[in-house]
Amino acid sequence: MDSQSYNQPVADGSLIACLHCDLVQRLPELEPGASARCPRCNKELWRRRADSLNRTLALTLGAVLLYIIANTVPMLGLTIVGRDASTTVIGGAMHLWDNEQKLVGVLVLFTAVIAPALEIGLMLLIVLGAMRARPPRWVGTLLRYHPTTRIWSMIEVMMVGVLVALVKIADYATVIPGMALFVLWVLVFVLAAMSANFDSRQVWDRVRWADEARRDEAYKLAEEMS
Amino acid sequence: MSTAMQLGLQSCEGCGLLSRPTPGEEGRCPRCDEELHFRKPASFQRTWAYVIAAAICYIPANVLPVLTTTTAAGSESDTILQGVVLLWSPTGWPLSLIVLFASIMIPSAKILALGYLLITAQRGSSANNEPRIRLYRMVDFIGRWSMVDVFVDTFTAALIQLQPLMSVEPGPGLIFFAAVVVFTMLGVESFDPRLIWDAMSLNESDSKEVSYA
Repeated sequence: MDSQSYNQPVADGSLIACLHCDLVQRLPELEPGASARCPRCNKELWRRRADSLNRTLALTLGAVLLYIIANTVPMLGLTIVGRDASTTVIGGAMHLWDNEQKLVGVLVLFTAVIAPALEIGLMLLIVLGAMRARPPRWVGTLLRYHPTTRIWSMIEVMMVGVLVALVKIADYATVIPGMALFVLWVLVFVLAAMSANFDSRQVWDRVRWADEARRDEAYKLAEEMS
Repeated sequence: MSTAMQLGLQSCEGCGLLSRPTPGEEGRCPRCDEELHFRKPASFQRTWAYVIAAAICYIPANVLPVLTTTTAAGSESDTILQGVVLLWSPTGWPLSLIVLFASIMIPSAKILALGYLLITAQRGSSANNEPRIRLYRMVDFIGRWSMVDVFVDTFTAALIQLQPLMSVEPGPGLIFFAAVVVFTMLGVESFDPRLIWDAMSLNESDSKEVSYA
């Protein structure tokens, strides 16, 4: 399978095919903030963002800070007849691991801690790399995998789950909302703004191509051999 | 109106670049290095496998308890549905509805919706294309929310550890419930929405040939 060769890009760079219905069409030039939709299936093909890299960088740095706080301080505590208990996000996953629910524990750890960390961390690297005059090859590699981390990063879902758990527990005990609870709610909105401001097409337009990188490698290798 | 496949072009799912493969081959994207295909490989088979696996797990997920509460008075196990009923109160009913919706209705609706999309696409249906693509997008968008119950049970169990007074432990149903969520999400990922439109594109090109002839 490794013998696959690189395709020839179409000459007109504005030609694309809709990923939801395969219709070939020309992507119009857009004003910042404007979006283009597929005429056949109505999928949003591109929304051009103004000042995308700077804004995304600011939001990503904010997300890094919030993420670190959210995972180091307690999220929920309770008091019942003079006894206290508290937990963090990681503590919740650890408890499942310790109680014969290892797989679910791993899933919770992955969706609530690891995937969000990857979503934020990769975005930071992508934006920093994309700020160079010619974004290097690894920016493209990270950008290709970034959507997957977004699918599995479920902080907003966890927050609704925590809310339900809070109400449930309130029947038995006094619940003490921890600092992380508020920080996580802010993080939900910062993450939403981060991905809303990021414009992947503008990065793809400038990134160093895979075939170009390989050609240069082959060239360098040939030079060393001679 | 022609599709990339009809023109012999491939569009990259990774970066969106449209490119032409060497004849008879499915190559790589020259921009992002992704392996390219006209359609996701074995999309029907893989999606069916995930849907069937999810449907099988759906039964123990709803029959087995997800939480076991132990108090001085004894222990009690609750399934997901019992959890919804327990949460129902004059103040708690909106959250009860959220759990009912996220844990029982969304997973079953996802399984049925994916089954419907698979069957209609495999039979080459060219009717209702727009409602079907909207259904696909809805399933894609809403799917992650069924994880809510996993998080509810995780944090309830992690917090209520007040032995010997009272403790809550996760039950055997939880792993099956989590499996339903993961399998349906993987099912959505492996389904290629372009398959919905292929019958129509094919009919169009047929009729064009007829009219030219």
